[in-house]
Amino acid sequence: MTLSFEQAVSRYQPTLGLEVHVELNTASKMFCSCATIFGAEPNTQTCPVCLGMPGALPVVNRKAIESSILIGLALNCSIAPYSRFARKNYFYPDMPKNFQTSQFDEPICVNGFLDVEIDTDEGVQTFRVEIERVHMEEDTGKSLHMGGATGRIHGADYSLLDYNRAGIPLVEIVTKIIPNTGKYAPQVARAYVSQLRDILRSLGVSDVKMEQGSMRCDVNLSISPVGSEKLGTRSETKNVNSLRSVERAVVGEIIRQAGRLDNGERIVQETRHFLEESGQTRPGRSKEEAEDYRYFPEPDLVPVVPESSWIEALRATLPEKPSVRRKRLQEAWAVPDKEMAALVNAELVDVVEATIDCGAEPGRARSWWLGEISRIANEKSVSPVSLITPAQVAEIISLIITGELTDKLARQVIEGVIAGEGSPSEVMEGRGLKVLSDDSALMVAIEAAIAAQPDTAERIRGGNIPAAGALIGAVMKSTGGQADAAKVRELLLKHLGQG
Amino acid sequence: MNYIKSNASVMAAALANGETTSVELTEQHFEQIEKVDGAVHAFLYLDREGAMEQAHAIDTRRSDGEELSPLAGVPLALKDVMTQKGIPTTCGSKMLEGWRPPYDSTVVSRLKDAGIVILGKTNMDEFAMGSSTENSAYGPTHNPWDLTKIPGGSGGGSAAALAAFEAPLAIGTDTGGSIRQPAAVTGTVGVKPTYGGVSRYGLIAFSSSLDQAGPCARTVLDAALLHEVIAGHDERDSTSINQPVPAVVKAAKKLDVKGLKIGVVKELQGEGFQAGVLHRFHEALDLLVEAGAEIVNVSCPSFDYALAAYYLIAPSECSSNLARFDSMRYGIRVGDDGSKSAEEVMNLTRHAGFGPEVKRRIILGTYALSSGFYDAYYGSAQKVRTLLIQDFNSAFAEADVLVSPTSPTTAFPIGQNDNDPLAMYLNDIATIPANMAGIGAMSLPSGLAEEDNLPAGFHIMSPAMKDDLMYQVGGTLEAALLNKWGAPLLSNAPDVVVNS
Repeated sequence: MTLSFEQAVSRYQPTLGLEVHVELNTASKMFCSCATIFGAEPNTQTCPVCLGMPGALPVVNRKAIESSILIGLALNCSIAPYSRFARKNYFYPDMPKNFQTSQFDEPICVNGFLDVEIDTDEGVQTFRVEIERVHMEEDTGKSLHMGGATGRIHGADYSLLDYNRAGIPLVEIVTKIIPNTGKYAPQVARAYVSQLRDILRSLGVSDVKMEQGSMRCDVNLSISPVGSEKLGTRSETKNVNSLRSVERAVVGEIIRQAGRLDNGERIVQETRHFLEESGQTRPGRSKEEAEDYRYFPEPDLVPVVPESSWIEALRATLPEKPSVRRKRLQEAWAVPDKEMAALVNAELVDVVEATIDCGAEPGRARSWWLGEISRIANEKSVSPVSLITPAQVAEIISLIITGELTDKLARQVIEGVIAGEGSPSEVMEGRGLKVLSDDSALMVAIEAAIAAQPDTAERIRGGNIPAAGALIGAVMKSTGGQADAAKVRELLLKHLGQG
Repeated sequence: MNYIKSNASVMAAALANGETTSVELTEQHFEQIEKVDGAVHAFLYLDREGAMEQAHAIDTRRSDGEELSPLAGVPLALKDVMTQKGIPTTCGSKMLEGWRPPYDSTVVSRLKDAGIVILGKTNMDEFAMGSSTENSAYGPTHNPWDLTKIPGGSGGGSAAALAAFEAPLAIGTDTGGSIRQPAAVTGTVGVKPTYGGVSRYGLIAFSSSLDQAGPCARTVLDAALLHEVIAGHDERDSTSINQPVPAVVKAAKKLDVKGLKIGVVKELQGEGFQAGVLHRFHEALDLLVEAGAEIVNVSCPSFDYALAAYYLIAPSECSSNLARFDSMRYGIRVGDDGSKSAEEVMNLTRHAGFGPEVKRRIILGTYALSSGFYDAYYGSAQKVRTLLIQDFNSAFAEADVLVSPTSPTTAFPIGQNDNDPLAMYLNDIATIPANMAGIGAMSLPSGLAEEDNLPAGFHIMSPAMKDDLMYQVGGTLEAALLNKWGAPLLSNAPDVVVNS
């Protein structure tokens, strides 16, 4: 019988560790001047250096160092006055030199932290995630396994190699172990990755597109019986490629490991792969028989010794921290904690801010993005931001405020904008959507409704105000929803001597 | 007139004043190569067409009145470890058979820019691992002084080409002595500049922290002229030194050592050194004293560990550097019949493509770097390296340059050390410390050892980026020796006879 997550965390304490790989968005690669454009024709962004041709030598991309230092500073790390690259040796066809130029025991940034806020039973709580290191390395090429059913190497007829990605600068951000998150482990993991992504985006150092692989997360997780001091054996779940998957992977691993321990089985230290469909993980290669990477300092590169004046100049360019900005906006908009957390989780803070900047009232801007637009986005499995612009939403809100649209009509306008029928006013024009503000036209519809339901009208005249609902509904129906219900009510009651 | 036995500087002068053309010089050298290389086997590849084209172009530019660099039009032999665009580059290995690099090494582009005519690629120990050129996958090179003897290694091809008058200039690379030891046993001049003095971009790496390209020639001045062509900062090599190139040509012409202190390294002249080699070494010291230098004795106790440390660092780096030869992108591919995995094809290719010495070093290095052994081997070797640098620092506090015999012995018979890698490694006992410390060093002929009438080498080491000092001492000693001998040492070499 499968355990539930609640059962698992009631008996076992999870310990998290997160390794996030981020592709920097530098114009050229880590060690050569090749371009880094995503999606280019295979093997068109290569040169002797990133193909590992005999005799070719690496030269460090200064911009990549700069980005790495910025990341370290934003994560409250110390920047190492002296750091070195090292070679990580292992054979794989998509790795041109059969070693990855990385950093090993001398990374560029160490000992930072990131505070993440999550919603708990006791309200919003802050968890401090400590950062062990931030180091630089180069990406590998890509293997495409052809002819098999699964796209995996097993069962493939042949493989194709694309080295465009080989040598793209990567930064790996490794947390220390994150203890005592209990049942909140999945949220902490997600919130950490999400806030890290916000920070990286605000620094402008990476596209941070998880679906394109420019940000990839490995989840290390172990569990131990509640009350036990000893850490359990960890598994490392690779390439978890969305925020939702990060959360699901943590849940899945906690349940799997708890199930094994309950059955008296041991946890194997291994690499696992996250399965998007089931939310579970499957085993990869076992770390117990893993290769020895034979790290040693890269003799082709000189140590990285950033001048402190350079570091301070970079520190001065750091943008406002996303968490600080969030607090500022929350106060300015007067949003309750829960709703702010919802906006953050839905990644709508930026668009809401932009909508408000376009003149919209904060409460309405929030509710349209979080409500109707998010609902449609969910149905279509796309991001709300991709559907409609902040300016368009602001325009719709102002039309509501001036009474030219009702909420109901506004929903139709949004639908039209998303369907590509043009700007909100063009949609209104095209679809003939407009609040009937002409009293005489409304009176015609009201009189028709009274004529159709004389008994109801009589009851209202007799003081039965709630009965008005039936007549208002009839008017709204006959006007195709373009009437303002409040206005109809006002006119109707007045007409029947109850105004 | 045939110029093949002239020095490069003489050829350069004849070109400058119109007595000859680059086309004529180049043709003369190809004629000589045709005549003797069947017996010497200095070359792995001849680029007759490219060389003649280059020679024509230089002659045209000269007749157009263009100002050319001093060695423009002079031919050169290039060690096959350097990439040259479109020209087969094998590194002496089956692994790279048929590979034509898509780019020029920095050394080659500087040679081309200087108008130096590249005749072809010279033989070498596979991936520069060896001291005899017997480890070439394409057969050994023979010493022009005695065809049954080795020409040194790994750059035996370049040194033999000079000694057999197949080229007046050559490029070598030196990881533990691969320029200097071949120079010593062939009676030629070879220089390992300060590490970082010449770009390694396009030098197929054996051991990245030790490899250094340098000039090979028949005179100290010729080496200096070539040195100034290839040296200087290169932004494509992060370890390249961004400082002005020492004025080595000026130093080579100085012919004066008055007031210079010459340090004789105690540890580099005892056991294992051939008597005749030591005799020539001491005679050379006497000549330097006559020329006004002061001899001081210095001790470098860590030198005793240099060879052992070298045979940890160099194989460690090579095990990683040579990992890229996996058949995926270039070079040979073995066993790819559609039924095997990439990993199996890599294994089969590496099994077939690498020779035994290369495999030995890859295995040594893989072991030395493996977790649990790293500190004991690679880590300790790096500490020895620090001690060597300290030894050099204190020795250079007492002396301007340090000297020793280059190689403990003269050329030995081909095949002699086939089954004794350690005996082979001992050839580099005097040359390795300079690589470990990254300083400059040169070898020039000191005469013939009386036991076998084969050349011995005089070794001069100078502090980092003070390469001019060794050229100054080398140039002075060379002049004194020439004065003593009456003719260059190579005039004593027998004419190479090709057995038909």
